[in-house]
Amino acid sequence: MDEVVQEFQKDHPETAVKVTYGSSGNFYSQLSNQAPFDLFLSADIGYPRKLSEQGLTLPGTEFLYAIGSIVVWVPTSSPIQVERLKMEALRHDSVRHIAIANPKHAPYGKAAEAALRSSGIYEAVQSKLVLGENISQTFQFVQSGNAEIGIVALSLALAPSVKEQGRYWKVPLDAYPRLEQGGIILKWAKDMEAVQSFRKFVMGSKGRPLLKAYGFILPGEE
Amino acid sequence: MDWVAIGLSLRLSFWTTLILLLLGLPIAHWLTFSGWRWKVLIEAIVALPIVLPPTVLGFYVLIAIGPRSPIGRFYQLLTGELLPFSFRGLLVASVLYSLPFAVQPFASAFKTVDRRFIEASWCLGVSRFTTFRRVIIPLSIPGIIAGIVLSFAHTLGEFGVVLMVGGNLPGITRTVSISIYDEVQSLNYDLAGQTSLLLLGFSFLVLVVTYALQRRVSAVWPMN
Repeated sequence: MDEVVQEFQKDHPETAVKVTYGSSGNFYSQLSNQAPFDLFLSADIGYPRKLSEQGLTLPGTEFLYAIGSIVVWVPTSSPIQVERLKMEALRHDSVRHIAIANPKHAPYGKAAEAALRSSGIYEAVQSKLVLGENISQTFQFVQSGNAEIGIVALSLALAPSVKEQGRYWKVPLDAYPRLEQGGIILKWAKDMEAVQSFRKFVMGSKGRPLLKAYGFILPGEE
Repeated sequence: MDWVAIGLSLRLSFWTTLILLLLGLPIAHWLTFSGWRWKVLIEAIVALPIVLPPTVLGFYVLIAIGPRSPIGRFYQLLTGELLPFSFRGLLVASVLYSLPFAVQPFASAFKTVDRRFIEASWCLGVSRFTTFRRVIIPLSIPGIIAGIVLSFAHTLGEFGVVLMVGGNLPGITRTVSISIYDEVQSLNYDLAGQTSLLLLGFSFLVLVVTYALQRRVSAVWPMN
């Protein structure tokens, strides 16, 4: 996201973009109470949709910007051959803890749980699951070695700062419901023109390659 | 309502308080009576958790007890287990987090004990330990109770540290504050509201009972 903003600022130096990161559910609660944000980008398009049902958003501004993927990730030093073992890597002898995001409210956690269920190993590994509050914390659990393996977002595994630190196997897209990431403009957005141009930028010819570099599948390219 | 989480929080608070009582009394005694010139450093370390954000403490604890740290490896060697995402790991974090809430009331109570009683006891040939047990502690009961209650309540309300080191395991590390947070995140505001109300009521009750008790105790053992 930082990179998207940087690129946007190059083209629009007159607009200052301030980003606040957090979990989709948290922002949903805050926005229901009129938190002063202009644009909401969520890992689950369901949240912007709910806001729009409540009449808190600008009609017709809901947009799908990317489709997320999940991977089974281990640190480089791990003895687990995740690329070969695939989902079975989670049942490796050395695994005591498997980190996933909290399926109760984190979209990537929901996807991870669905993937475990559809591959039939959920019951076998359930007692080993540790839940991160969001997908970044989940990643940190594995990165710090406290969990031996985890199911995280592909976009995190591909981030330049950690790319060299781990190996991963991409979970097939049909193993979990589509992770539709969507955004929306809030009704109380102040500078409508600037917000609209940012929304266009994310979905346009400059934003899309950036999202693609982080492993997101783009709408219309499935 | 998440009774498992409530039970877990009470269990965590109980054990944390017990350990802090055993650990905090000697530390407070040393802090009060030691003449070491660099004592102020230890005082500052004990008080750190009041100032540090729980996220910092939680982050350090997670790294410190993890499998890549010497402490984590030593513990694994001893017990064959790892501390992160376990009840014991949470207990370690809670003891650190609530340490000043036990030690400070203990120490300030010890400080108010009349020095003459202590010295009289020593002059009568009573050992330092027995003087501590039979003179200092009985004269410091209100402060000790305050320390116990604060430790208990502070652990019950712990959130950031648990979020950082817990891993959200039901019955093991999902404490009541985490459970409430989860419900809010999942937009179950009703359930979150009920548990929050229970916690509010309980906390209020604990404090009322303590203050009432403290008043009675200090009537029996007037300070100074």
